[in-house]
Amino acid sequence: MNDWSRALSDHEPGTSASFETVTGNRGLQIEEALIFEQDSPGHCGLDLPEPVPFRDRLGGLERQGIIGLPGLSEPQVVRHFTRLSQKNYAIDSGLYPLGSCTMKHNPRLNEKLARLPGLADIHPLQPVSTVPGALQLIDTLAHWLKTLTGMPAIALSPAAGAHGELCGIMCIRAALEARGDRRIRVLVPESAHGTNPATAAACGYTVDPTPADATGRVDRTALEAKLGIDVAALMLTNPNTCGLFEREIIEIAEAVHRAGAFFYCDGANFNAIVGRVRPADLGIDCMHLNLHKTFSTPHGGGGPGSGPVALTASLAPFAPLPWIVLGPNGLELVEHKTAPAENSLGRLKGFHGQMGMFVRALAYMMSHGSDGLRQVAEDAVLNANYLRARLADDLSLSFSGPCMHEVLFDDRFLKDTGVTTLDFAKALIDEGYHPMTMYFPLIVHGALLIEPTETESKASLDRFIAVVKALAAAARLGDTARFRAAPVHTPRRRLDETTAARKPVLRWRPEPVQRQAAE
Amino acid sequence: MSLLRFTRDHEWVRLDGDLAVVGITDYAQSQLGDVVYVELPEIGRQVEKGKEAAVVESVKAASEVYAPLTGEVAEVNDALVADPAKVNADPMGEGWFLKLRLADPKELDGLLDEAAYQSFVEEQH
Amino acid sequence: MRYLPLTAGDRAEMLAAIGVDSIDALFDDVPERARLAGPVDLPRAMGEIEVERLVSRKAARNVVAGSVPFFIGGGVYRHHIPAAVDHLIQRGEFLTSYTPYQPEISQGTLQYLFEFQTQVALLTGMEVANASLYDGATACAEAVMMANRVTGRRKAVLSGRLHPHYREVCETYARFVGFEVSTKDPAGGEGPASHVDRDTSCVVVQNPDFFGEVRDYTELARVCHDTGVLLVVVVTEILSLGAVCPPGEMGADIVAAEGQSLGNALNFGGPHVGLFATRDRLVRQMPGRLVGQTVDTAGRRGWVLTLSTREQHIRRERATSNICTNAGLCALAFTIHLALLGEAGLTRLAQLNHATAVSLAQRLEQVPGICLVNHAFFNEFAVRLPRPAAEIVELLAGKGVLAGVPVSRFYPDNDAVADLLLVAATEMTTTEDMDRLEAGLREVLS
Repeated sequence: MNDWSRALSDHEPGTSASFETVTGNRGLQIEEALIFEQDSPGHCGLDLPEPVPFRDRLGGLERQGIIGLPGLSEPQVVRHFTRLSQKNYAIDSGLYPLGSCTMKHNPRLNEKLARLPGLADIHPLQPVSTVPGALQLIDTLAHWLKTLTGMPAIALSPAAGAHGELCGIMCIRAALEARGDRRIRVLVPESAHGTNPATAAACGYTVDPTPADATGRVDRTALEAKLGIDVAALMLTNPNTCGLFEREIIEIAEAVHRAGAFFYCDGANFNAIVGRVRPADLGIDCMHLNLHKTFSTPHGGGGPGSGPVALTASLAPFAPLPWIVLGPNGLELVEHKTAPAENSLGRLKGFHGQMGMFVRALAYMMSHGSDGLRQVAEDAVLNANYLRARLADDLSLSFSGPCMHEVLFDDRFLKDTGVTTLDFAKALIDEGYHPMTMYFPLIVHGALLIEPTETESKASLDRFIAVVKALAAAARLGDTARFRAAPVHTPRRRLDETTAARKPVLRWRPEPVQRQAAE
Repeated sequence: MSLLRFTRDHEWVRLDGDLAVVGITDYAQSQLGDVVYVELPEIGRQVEKGKEAAVVESVKAASEVYAPLTGEVAEVNDALVADPAKVNADPMGEGWFLKLRLADPKELDGLLDEAAYQSFVEEQH
Repeated sequence: MRYLPLTAGDRAEMLAAIGVDSIDALFDDVPERARLAGPVDLPRAMGEIEVERLVSRKAARNVVAGSVPFFIGGGVYRHHIPAAVDHLIQRGEFLTSYTPYQPEISQGTLQYLFEFQTQVALLTGMEVANASLYDGATACAEAVMMANRVTGRRKAVLSGRLHPHYREVCETYARFVGFEVSTKDPAGGEGPASHVDRDTSCVVVQNPDFFGEVRDYTELARVCHDTGVLLVVVVTEILSLGAVCPPGEMGADIVAAEGQSLGNALNFGGPHVGLFATRDRLVRQMPGRLVGQTVDTAGRRGWVLTLSTREQHIRRERATSNICTNAGLCALAFTIHLALLGEAGLTRLAQLNHATAVSLAQRLEQVPGICLVNHAFFNEFAVRLPRPAAEIVELLAGKGVLAGVPVSRFYPDNDAVADLLLVAATEMTTTEDMDRLEAGLREVLS
């Protein structure tokens, strides 16, 4: 036997390593301590000039004592964060099939352009005459988004999707108050994302959940029965969180309007219809977009996002500040509640909005163009339906018929296997994939929501299909141990979330001995 | 023998002298998973039958604990704050949440007895 | 199209596998009258060269802050960003990863957020911090809403010396979420302590305040606590905490701050990074994401998102806030920058800022007609000019100097502040810059 075959026969399948290393490292996977545990007191990773002696003017409020920050050199800092990055899965690493998140490729051109000094090194409070290009860029972005949505106005300041939802519901409430109409209820489908009811409740509305029908769409009869003069709005996601287009959306919009209410649309799933359908044509009054979903701005490990809100003419007067309007001398920044923004609901954020994300989103849209964006929706829908067709016999489809950009399965295929949706997802991690969205939407049991996006090649999808088929088969064969133990090939195995919540440790603290030494 | 009753929201009530001890059932705790935190009402608070009296949190879910009967909160189980795991380990005993001074003991008649609750739970599956 | 991997052949194969003739069949659920026949009326696809040309042209029309003498602050500050920061945050595993909901494959993100939370707590002198919010202004509104939850009261008193944008955001949230905020004399100096009563949930002050004044809020904290009121302290220039006594040591209950000064460019106002810190006893009422330490099944230390039941995806209508995202990559940039600085570097950088501002203030005080308003300041101060500051700023802009922020930009109808100018100086301000500002002012005011 040569060395390689001996190594192979020694290796036990299902375990991550047959021996422990001295370091705990495993090849390229390096264990890395916290920066606080690597302190070289007095060290600094930058060389800063020493200020000439001076009399301070801090009014006797100088900071006393030490802050407790560790000192490191640049090589240490670069190595530290490089090692941390290597513990993360990312779109750049592989398919990220998270339903409702639209994990598409993040073009690098966007990063280059966002860093142009003329866009990154400009201050929001510079005299407006010194930043005409910035206003022009924002105006161009607004034009693209208004054209794609068919809506006449857009509020650009919300910093994220949830912030956009807040903006939308606030605009609706402002409009109702302006016409002296006190309405207290908001209808929200049971399948909605948690931000929807949270937003409605935050704005003082009572949330009234509406059920889905057997096809996974909003039950129109039940919904219409709930409409009344006390309903302020319906919050709908379209396509919905089951990945299905609400076929009766125009009729629903008409019913909502007949009741004097507004129609808010959660635009998280706009990727399915961008360039093929305009929300305005569906009767929507108000829709937030996620620039970090449909328009490719990077997720960045959780943010920053940007959630502009497209508005119909009746809601536009209430849009939050600032506004960019075309005046006699060109584009102007309106920062106060003066004409034409005298009815604005005010500010929702400091300064002007997520300019860095505007640049990226505009670069993305210009790169695709109106034809390319239409192709994006088609390929997104095609990819999801391809997964649906190829996996329909292996997993349990929650609803029959074609889906849009994402496909919903539930855990019936795991019945009596002893494997849960969670276990299945963890096994997928061992195969080198981030799991799909799990346990959402809540209207099916053990949901698995898969959104491949249009930036996956057919080959990538075929590999994913093969893995999912194999895992489903393994589950049915009763290979529960593998699922329960998963993941084993990752920087960390399953983590104790219970103790983390019962006894929260939310920051590093120095050991008492070290604290004494520092004093 | 102390009277034991149940609600369709998976709370149990046991009469202990003139106080009603309230907790969540074994079925409820198994559905929740590991309990990580319990939010208990202040002593003296008036609670109404069917309205929220406490909150129980697991890692992935938070659930309202509804008052099975109307009354005043006389005691709460502070031990749960330090050790919420008791709710999982002994939901009918050491995992009790609160004790009520009942406004209307006749309300007990509207609750399920043990047999009725067991069949209700079986229907859930 | 360079971002779309499917070929015509792929599409045909896939349609066949699905069992439909064309892609249109998969859009059947769309009502006919809403189907767009062709692309909307926008330009067609462009290559990188063309996109770069078009966007660069817009960028080129702007005056770049670094290209002129620059003294604008007002809540966003121009600082040096170390070269390593931008390289590291652009690593694909940071840039293109998602929220760390699967902790086994997100330890990178979770560990740096744990470090970030620790840094924020240390800087502010508080006990615990979250993993960031959108920006300082929304963090301030969230602080007020948290104080309302904690105290069970609904009235917040905002200092007149709080950044106007922060106040305006609080007012918007107050109107729609259903609580009250009051500010007596928005640009004035009246202390908020006199407005505190048993209906007050919190008092919100800022340090250094909007006019750059450095203040001691210890006594205010005592007054608040005597009445069961929480003290919220806002910090818009986080670098000040390298030199100034932190809110935690003055008795603050919540700190809401803007972290942009560390690691993040001006970006015309966004994206920035909101910081939020409080005391351990209040942690369950804190909004936003939280990372906690734990162990895995092999007993090794690791990190997870925790206390999630406060958040929208679980509590839904009972959530502490509807917040979903944090500032992610901006928080990472902050963490890296502060890791590079360390204790010694942050202290020195803060001293450099203060020294530069002190030098500038001394020079401007010598200019006839200019009067320094501040008693104490860090790297930004207010001067009173003999004429409306807005026109002075425009004149100086015409001469290629960005002289600061006229307070009237925030209070256009308040004559009392029309002649006030906020001037900021940082480690990026050179002697030549100060020469040109001084010369420009002398010329314009003579």
